[in-house]
Amino acid sequence: MLNRIYDWVDERLDITPIWRDIADHEVPEHVNPAHHFSAFIYCFGGLTFFVTVIQILSGMFLTMYYTPDIENAWKSVYYLQNEVAFGEIVRGMHHWGASLVIVMMFLHTLRVFFTGSYKKPRELNWIVGVLIFVVMLGLGFTGYLLPWDMKALFATKVGIEIAASVPFIGEWIKVLLAGDSVILGAQTLTRFFAIHVFFLPAALLALLAAHFIMIRRQGISGPL
Amino acid sequence: MSKSRVSRRQFLNYTLMGVGGFMASGMLMPMIRFAVDPVLEAGAAGDYIPTSQKVSELTEEPVRVDFTYDQVDGWYESEVTGTAWVYKEGNQIVALSPVCKHLGCTVNWASDKEHPHQFYCPCHGGRYEKNGKNVPGTPPTGPLDEFDVKEQDGLLYLGAAKPNTLV
Ligand code: HEM
Ligand code: FES
Repeated sequence: MLNRIYDWVDERLDITPIWRDIADHEVPEHVNPAHHFSAFIYCFGGLTFFVTVIQILSGMFLTMYYTPDIENAWKSVYYLQNEVAFGEIVRGMHHWGASLVIVMMFLHTLRVFFTGSYKKPRELNWIVGVLIFVVMLGLGFTGYLLPWDMKALFATKVGIEIAASVPFIGEWIKVLLAGDSVILGAQTLTRFFAIHVFFLPAALLALLAAHFIMIRRQGISGPL
Repeated sequence: MSKSRVSRRQFLNYTLMGVGGFMASGMLMPMIRFAVDPVLEAGAAGDYIPTSQKVSELTEEPVRVDFTYDQVDGWYESEVTGTAWVYKEGNQIVALSPVCKHLGCTVNWASDKEHPHQFYCPCHGGRYEKNGKNVPGTPPTGPLDEFDVKEQDGLLYLGAAKPNTLV
């Protein structure tokens, strides 16, 4: 049945070359753990992407209940975690995934570093990778405020004070982040929410696309 | 090898798809159940809500009775106001819901000057007779809902809205 639908579409649109081009490549021996077990270090990039997909999916679902408002944020998180079926799991996926994605990204960066894969011709992809790193940290920072509990509040106070210590433009960054020059409150929460669910994910997807297109053009780096 | 009916390629295909499908559903199942939770939640049974309307003051002319009750909406609790149109039919008390059976606007008694003895909905001109029966040729497709009623200490209490039993 599925085959017939596929053939029907393929006959008209010739889609086979599209996915072949993306998916049909031999895994080189030096990155295949079946040949050399130590090659598992090449999996960290894919694992980072896998956790990112989980973050995006679980985040989209959390947004069905989450309310970015200081009166209701904490209550809505409490409600979705304790009253909604599987709420603990869905929030847990997002909560633990947020840490795991950073760990995976860090291991992936170490692999790239120690295999020297950042060298010519892959310098640009290293730069894009660093930008992805920054965006991920941004997602972690902005997401952390959203549950609006004491830990979230003070972690964000500290983070914003750190940003404020930047020479010359620090004060300006602080107001831009907090939405107010003294209060960390209603306007901070809505800003962080918008940044967390719209701006940074959009930037992340664009950067990931650039990252993967470059990998396709250049192939995986050779054996040591 | 020639006797095997499952080729190596097929075997790998099936196992990889099986494992992949298992992992994907393990990921998606909680999220989907989480999202559809409101559909599967049991509806709360309605308690009787007291109003300030004295039963002795009701007449055959429908009057508007407002009542307030606590509503729990997810994480948000508030006092909301509901409305009923109430009148006496002999000894029987009738309380009709003001929610139009066309598309949910709010009806009023006698607000259309040309039909002073009917309920009128301003949205698309829906009309109902006093017992809630929708006037044929106007948009609504059914009669107004009716509240369960009871009298306690001389005051009117309203219960859950149910389909009209008078028409
Ligand atoms: C790689 C991407 C992401 C990372 C690293 C990340 C990180 C975080 C973190 C650390 C929290 C606080 C969780 C807690 O303390 O329990 C959080 C909360 C939240 N995130 Fe994300 N996030 C990501 C993507 C997204 C996306 C794409 C969306 C929505 C489209 C989203 C929606 C939310 C919501 C609604 C909350 C508040 C609910 C809660 O705290 O449980 N996230 N995020
Ligand atoms: S909603 Fe009342 S007539 Fe359309």
